[in-house]
Amino acid sequence: MDVRVHNIRKEFGRFPALDDVSLDIRSGELIALLGPSGSGKTTLLRLVAGLESPTGGTIFFGDEDASQKTVQQRNIGFVFQHYALFRHMTVLDNVAFGLKVRPGHRRPPAAEIRKRALDLLELVQLSGLDKRYPAQLSGGQRQRVALARAMAVEPNVLLLDEPFGALDAQVRKELRKWLREIHDRTGHTTIFVTHDQEEALELADRVVVMSKGAIEQVGTPDEIYDHPVSPFVYGFIGQSNCLAVTLQNGEIWFEDRPIGLRAPAEPDGPANLHFRPHDIELIDGCGGCLAGLVTASRRVAGTRHLELDLGRTHPPVEIELPPERAAAGDHSRIAFRPTKWKLFRDGERQTEDEKAEQQDVEESGETEAFELARTGT
Amino acid sequence: MSHDLTASSVASPLPASGPQPALPQLAAATSESRFARLTLTITALAFVALFLLLPLAAVFTEALRKGPAEFVAALGDAETFSAIRLTLTVAAIAVPLNLVFGVAAAWAIAKFEFKGKAFLTTLIDLPFSVSPVISGLVFVLLFGSHSLIGPWLQSHGIQILFAVPGLVLATVFVTFPFVARELIPLMQEQGSSDEEAALSLGASGWQTFWHVTLPNIKWGLLYGVLLCNARAMGEFGAVSVVSGHIRGETNTMPLQVEILYNEYNFVAAFAVAALLALLALITLILKTALEIRYSAEIAASRRH
Repeated sequence: MDVRVHNIRKEFGRFPALDDVSLDIRSGELIALLGPSGSGKTTLLRLVAGLESPTGGTIFFGDEDASQKTVQQRNIGFVFQHYALFRHMTVLDNVAFGLKVRPGHRRPPAAEIRKRALDLLELVQLSGLDKRYPAQLSGGQRQRVALARAMAVEPNVLLLDEPFGALDAQVRKELRKWLREIHDRTGHTTIFVTHDQEEALELADRVVVMSKGAIEQVGTPDEIYDHPVSPFVYGFIGQSNCLAVTLQNGEIWFEDRPIGLRAPAEPDGPANLHFRPHDIELIDGCGGCLAGLVTASRRVAGTRHLELDLGRTHPPVEIELPPERAAAGDHSRIAFRPTKWKLFRDGERQTEDEKAEQQDVEESGETEAFELARTGT
Repeated sequence: MSHDLTASSVASPLPASGPQPALPQLAAATSESRFARLTLTITALAFVALFLLLPLAAVFTEALRKGPAEFVAALGDAETFSAIRLTLTVAAIAVPLNLVFGVAAAWAIAKFEFKGKAFLTTLIDLPFSVSPVISGLVFVLLFGSHSLIGPWLQSHGIQILFAVPGLVLATVFVTFPFVARELIPLMQEQGSSDEEAALSLGASGWQTFWHVTLPNIKWGLLYGVLLCNARAMGEFGAVSVVSGHIRGETNTMPLQVEILYNEYNFVAAFAVAALLALLALITLILKTALEIRYSAEIAASRRH
């Protein structure tokens, strides 16, 4: 079933959690709401579910206005991060719950309920565990029970709130693949919330990137990764560097020299240059390039990450090279040029502030993940 | 147990006899010296013996001083028998009322956000912090012959003070916190996601409460009810103020004990006291038995 979110606003007290958000979700789509904590993604999911009521705006299920309906009437399936299984019921009773509580005229006969619950347990590959209690299951198994329970009511839309957030990395990867298979087999319209970009890009048909209560970008994983529309998306999805540059006659200048990149359509003035660590080429000699001293070098899986100091006033940038091409040893000089890049001109003051912060972070030796979230915001 | 394990695992890699000097035996950080452990254990045991076991034993010896025949005869006395019946009646009314009030209060505090919540939480503790005598006096002020409501109720033939309703009111007031106090932390810890899950699956509010909330809190609830019951039967101060001490009519067991004792009828006084203590003991034994019987289920209901 289509789900359309129309100019939704949600305030908690006087704090706006969502500000005028609109989103069209197509029937049968698997869509990810992705953003840092506090971006409003969970609030949006709970609004669609009817677990919260909006301050303004409407939500349509198909052609029907769902915003006037209670959570029970909306007929959704909701999966919680911490499973929220009924601990005093067996796995089978958990899955059958949604059917058992239906009023008499809509409730299937007991034998039919049992059969459907068992079928669903087979679908989520938990056959034979129907008599267990939730406490006797592993985290991954519990989450699969929760999904079966949500699907038992044949929901209009399946909503998952950080479904793999409480699981360890290995199980999370397996369940991701498995959820995609289940979705392809059952075809439920599915919305899931995550703060894990890898999960969103790998699993979803389309990704909704959210920040500070608003939608930054909606697109396929390819669009989101290859063509970010804002500095936030550039920084939040994947890794990226951000340099303060100046435009002069369509040429991009970094500090006191041109770096060999042209943006003829852009007017003169300051701008921010964003590029990803792996979208660069090394250059011999330097007639228009970026150059810096290697200050740190890390081996990460199949590539080597180099941190370059481009000048006293600028935070280091990071580039990725195949290990055999990365110059050994510190303090050697490297010249390079971005091959894919993008200029942003808005919110420059803020960008400068954040960069100062980033510098502090890197000096104190924070983890890569943190630096990644900061870069280019 | 764990200390022993740590000690042996430290000791085992050392050769039984060798040229190198044996490493000094370092105790685990959390284990105290033998002296400290002994002192603490003895202190605790001495306290229990002196303040809990000794009085209990004294009550029973005193009650049976003149033989079991006297003991039974004392309990068979008409006034005493009426006191026993009254105590059980009051408890049978007050405990179910507090079960409902306690669940309602805990539900409101744990599951909803509203203005004045902190104030309500404080109010729940009021019966614990206020002297029971004052709790009793409150009802005398409310329903006494010089109050606003008292004469009006009396003219309609409703007797509150010096009757069962007054006793029930005072008991409800004094024992209110037991159920609520037991449930609030439990329900706060469990959060609302189980209820949200049930609602999202189409269950009505009542179905959610009956099939999800209540099973989740049943052990805490049982514990609260047992404590509430023990106190309801044993309450003295508040009940004493509103009872009027009418023999054979408004005397509960604790009041009867006092009267008998003041009349130097020690055997009878201690016989009633022994019965009261026995009821309390049965309550505790019941609770422990249930905990042992359902320990696995209790553990499961506190997990995840």
